[in-house]
Amino acid sequence: MNKTLLIIKREYLSRVKKKSFIIMTILGPLLMAATIILPAFLADWSEATKKRVAVLDETGWFLEKFKDQENITFYYIYDDLETGKENAIHEKGDLLLYIPRTQLNIPVNAQLYSTAQPGLNVTAYIRTVMKKEIEDRKLLASGIDPEVIKSAKVNINLTTYRIDEGGIEKKSNTEVEVGLAIFAGIMIYFFIFMFGAQVLKGVMEEKSSRIVEVIISSVKPFQLMMGKIVGIALVGLTQFFLWIVLTAVFLGIFQSGLFGGGFPENIMQWDQSGQAIEQSIQAENMGLDKLELVKEIIDGINFRIMIFSFIFYFLGGFLLYASLFAAIGGAVDQDADTQQFMLPVSIPLVFSVMMTGVIINQPDSSLSMWLSFIPFTSPVTMMMRIPFGVPLWQVWTSAVLLVMGFIVTTWLAAKIYRTGILMYGKKVSYTEIWKWLKNK
Amino acid sequence: MSLLQAINVTKSYAGHKALANVSIDVDQQSIFGLLGPNGAGKTTLIRIINMILAKDSGEILLDGKKITASDTQFIGYLPEERGLYKKMKVGEQALYLAQLKGMPKQEAYTKLKEWFDKFDIGSWWHKKVEELSKGMQQKVQFIVTVVHQPKLLIFDEPFSGFDPINVNLLKEEILKLRADGATIIFSTHNMASVEELCDHIALINNSKVILSGEINEIINRFKANIFEVTYKSPKELLLDEDGLTVLSTEKTNGTFNSRIKITGSRSPNELLQAIMHQAEITTYQEVLPSINDIFIQEVNRAKHE
Repeated sequence: MNKTLLIIKREYLSRVKKKSFIIMTILGPLLMAATIILPAFLADWSEATKKRVAVLDETGWFLEKFKDQENITFYYIYDDLETGKENAIHEKGDLLLYIPRTQLNIPVNAQLYSTAQPGLNVTAYIRTVMKKEIEDRKLLASGIDPEVIKSAKVNINLTTYRIDEGGIEKKSNTEVEVGLAIFAGIMIYFFIFMFGAQVLKGVMEEKSSRIVEVIISSVKPFQLMMGKIVGIALVGLTQFFLWIVLTAVFLGIFQSGLFGGGFPENIMQWDQSGQAIEQSIQAENMGLDKLELVKEIIDGINFRIMIFSFIFYFLGGFLLYASLFAAIGGAVDQDADTQQFMLPVSIPLVFSVMMTGVIINQPDSSLSMWLSFIPFTSPVTMMMRIPFGVPLWQVWTSAVLLVMGFIVTTWLAAKIYRTGILMYGKKVSYTEIWKWLKNK
Repeated sequence: MSLLQAINVTKSYAGHKALANVSIDVDQQSIFGLLGPNGAGKTTLIRIINMILAKDSGEILLDGKKITASDTQFIGYLPEERGLYKKMKVGEQALYLAQLKGMPKQEAYTKLKEWFDKFDIGSWWHKKVEELSKGMQQKVQFIVTVVHQPKLLIFDEPFSGFDPINVNLLKEEILKLRADGATIIFSTHNMASVEELCDHIALINNSKVILSGEINEIINRFKANIFEVTYKSPKELLLDEDGLTVLSTEKTNGTFNSRIKITGSRSPNELLQAIMHQAEITTYQEVLPSINDIFIQEVNRAKHE
């Protein structure tokens, strides 16, 4: 059996069999599925308890204006505030809405009393109703019929179409693309760093446990370095595939399990009541938006291209950075010394994540283009651009430059690694490393 | 017939010469001691033989042919600074290292089991390395070095970290390996074991070989013709003959012990005759220098040159 293959096998199996890998593999998708499902589920569940609100309206403007909602019922009381509090809150356990009369005669202040935190939908509904009523009254006072305003309101439904090179029109949805771009960019950053760190740790472990000399008496240092890098890259890909598969599985289980199959209808109802109180409960709608987003992604928007490019840019970016991390691990003696070398190496990667906003706002700008050409920033940048569509020649340029980039860094890293792994008790400096590089 | 030859090997690191024209010649099926103070260049030479480091000039021949990367599977190397993967199981790790030396898995497994039984450590197979004591790890390491039946074995300080019982076990195994046909290069500061095991030695100091040869020949080369005599006599021995000088005499319980130096053309027999008239001799033997003495003497001499 080829020796490099043996090394790859050991690096791969020793990591995949670790408890931490198994936990991460299960926990990751579980969390992902949960962030998608849970907000909707929690909202649904919290709405299940009905709330009653006693309204003490000193202005009299809002009589009968508060309509009973699915989970909220309103009744009116005419006591003073203290008695109202005593009756509604302490005896019945309800909420109390107090709208005091103000000097300006325009009630813009209201107080909501309750024993527990009132739900967001309650406050949102109250705010909406009061706002609308006051606006209507003001309009009437100025001689404008609120019905006129209502009929003048228009809802613009802007659908964007993208025409690709084949001339095929395709409905595009920018929100989905932005979400996907951010997600892919962050994921690739996270994967490169997480598995790059494993390369660094692995090399340092071999050096400090001194097994490295035994191994390089059997194989070339380059074989050991590449075996480790490739082995860990495969661990990364395994994790990636398992995450995709398991997230899908968990989503399926959650949907059928937690909502007993009735999940979609439930969401629809929720959607309508959400519409009824307009945008003010946007926050609560988050769960719904995410769910729709995921649904649309799964509906096949560039899904195959996304996965393929993720794999390519993960491998390319990983090989590029991992070889540098391996060089650092080989050069340093102690954990503490890694910092001074880690910083300059990780700056381009961190920088490309910091540019997220710029890239997403203008995925076709020349800055975005150049960032997706430079091998150090291209993995993250390109993953962010791809959901928006990138001209083919740019993809090829970026891919070829990335491959060339990792060949160069691997070649340089191998030189540093080879010398470094046999150096002990010496604090390495940049000048020292420069000398190693010049060695033939 | 030599198995390994280093011819004029030179190696320098940035601004520092580690080996200057070093040549050694290791006979087939012999034990070769590589001696020298710390930092003399022994480890560099060993690493060059193992193809871990590249030499600047010179040649390394294995079996008369230039050594290549694939020859490393014929070499077993136990470095001075050694270690194992701490989190990996002992047996799994030994298998991995044996396979890296080119052994097929099944064969490696069988051979390793044999060695584990021989060293009485069969029960450690499924333990993690971090659960073993340092001495236990050394045993595993030794097995891993020899399991692929290399024709050349290189041990750098093999006895450090072992208790006397295991040192003996190891010595026996090393001698057995030689008997089975292996050639051994052995680097150590333990001079007693050098005298006990080595056939040839080379002393490296300050990047150069300053002394090399067959061990008995070297001892003879450095002997000072001093004889030690123990005798019973009422009074101390007196010699006033040319070429026989008493260096020192000690008396314990009526027994004398004298060290006498023979110079010029006098022979040990003449000394014996000269004493016989005066005293009753109990023991008579030549005082030979130890490798330790030779080591210190030669290194110091090189320093003053």
